[in-house]
Amino acid sequence: MGAKATRVAFGEALTRLGGENPDIVVLDADLSKSTMTEQFAKKYPDRFFDLGIAEGNMVGAGAGMALAGKIPFICSFACFVTGRFEQIRMSIAYTRANVKIVGTHAGIGIGEDGYSQMAVEDIALMRSLPNMVVIQPADAVETERALEYIVRHQGPVFLRLMRQKTEDIHPPDYRFRLGKGVVLRPGKDVTLLGTGGVLANALKAAEILAQKGAEAQVVNVPTLKPIDREMISEAALGHGRIVTVEDHGITGGLGSAVAEVVAELGRGRIRRVAVEDFAESGNPDGLYRKYGLCDENIAAKALELLGE
Amino acid sequence: MDIPELKAIAKELRVDIIRMLVEAGSGHPGGSLSCIDMLAALFFHKMRHRPHDPHWPDRDRFVLSKGHCVPALYAVLAKAGYFPRDELLTLRKLDSRLQGHPDRHRLPYLEASTGSLGQGLSIALGMALAGKSAQKDYRVYCVISDGECQAGQVWEASMAAPKFGLDNLCALLDYNKIQLSGAIKDIMDLEPLLEKWRAFNWHAVEIDGHDFAAITRALDEAERTKGRPTLILCQTIKGKGVSFMEGRWEWHGKAPNHEEGERAIQEILAQT
Repeated sequence: MGAKATRVAFGEALTRLGGENPDIVVLDADLSKSTMTEQFAKKYPDRFFDLGIAEGNMVGAGAGMALAGKIPFICSFACFVTGRFEQIRMSIAYTRANVKIVGTHAGIGIGEDGYSQMAVEDIALMRSLPNMVVIQPADAVETERALEYIVRHQGPVFLRLMRQKTEDIHPPDYRFRLGKGVVLRPGKDVTLLGTGGVLANALKAAEILAQKGAEAQVVNVPTLKPIDREMISEAALGHGRIVTVEDHGITGGLGSAVAEVVAELGRGRIRRVAVEDFAESGNPDGLYRKYGLCDENIAAKALELLGE
Repeated sequence: MDIPELKAIAKELRVDIIRMLVEAGSGHPGGSLSCIDMLAALFFHKMRHRPHDPHWPDRDRFVLSKGHCVPALYAVLAKAGYFPRDELLTLRKLDSRLQGHPDRHRLPYLEASTGSLGQGLSIALGMALAGKSAQKDYRVYCVISDGECQAGQVWEASMAAPKFGLDNLCALLDYNKIQLSGAIKDIMDLEPLLEKWRAFNWHAVEIDGHDFAAITRALDEAERTKGRPTLILCQTIKGKGVSFMEGRWEWHGKAPNHEEGERAIQEILAQT
């Protein structure tokens, strides 16, 4: 198994796809060394535009380029780009502009830089817009496949990427399907629904649960919107025990999206593992333990449901 | 189209704006009347566009960043033949394509959805950038308001456009000096405004925004200017053409009633 950050996989795949599709243009806000658009910029300097530290203008410029027929990728840290919510709401979403919003450095897993650079509200914001698709790949192969889809998709997309390396959890022949969860491990007692890098911890939690005699199903949810209602319904109406796991705030992310479906079904119980406070500087593993995104806490939440 | 014709058309358009707003019962007459002359000059004199082929890829683009003044744009589009003039009276009504602020999804002849001030120039910049990078020769025009120059994003866009040498971008600033709750100079003064744009490396010229000869000259000058974008600072009068609205902030966002509308139309028609 290799380990690569999804932002790195994105930078490589974007450069490859840029060679296949001349309509792809990339806009960045002085972070191309971190968002990994630098490789594209070097290869296609005529299709790369650095707009400086002015993300609001980047959102609008991206919309304008889309309206003129381009496929713009507007890239920055997830907190900075989705922080321009009003511009995204009007200039991209309401306008139905075919803009691909790429937010890297998602979640508290970025570590030492601390809260100001951590996106933990971005899924909630983007999910609230009627026509916005929200995708968070969990590893390199999924990033590449998802990006191929995103280029083909007509309409705005928010792609959420991680700074830190993640282990491959999908096979090389993995196929991305919009709005579909991916079963990573079968199990009949409880379902752990995770998205992004924390899936590694969900898989470890399933091991802990196995030692305690409980079979946990682990499902990757790469599409936060539209959410996979069918897969949630299956778990809720079956064994009825769901734990959501995400490196995002507890309000408005995967946990909320799943809870909305569960509430409408009127069946099943849910526990949400997510970030519940402003986080802080520290190493990613330490942060995941302190803020409850670690395998022990995920297993503990599952055991709560199994014990009830 | 020559200047007497443009004047005659502007008169008709002003009447249409008043009729629409009376019928809608709400909307923004002051800024619609202050920008209508520049819109008329653009759509009936300067811009290359095809009402029968609205998505012609080489058309010049127009973005109305001051989206609340969209009655002016609807009047122009109807007059140009994009949609039937009768439809103007559906403004702001349920199921109408003519939303209170521009929605290009409902009315595809609009180039952008605007109304949240400060964003239109960035969109226009993106269109100009796309045109440049594809070696297209279409031009992009954007009408911005004076009040929205209080928003930082306008200056983000103004900083970016010269960097990319966007001489295919021309912004017209409708400087009527009044915003929703009072005078610009009292709420957040913009002066020295022309100098600000020049300091941001734009080719910036100042004109009487109701003088068609001056507007068309400035638009020609903008097209001749190479290597950087042009800003036309249009000195205008809020509510221009209706004496009881002129220069009064109360008419920023209030529709005339039937009696006021009749008076306004009679006044406009009586002008030479």
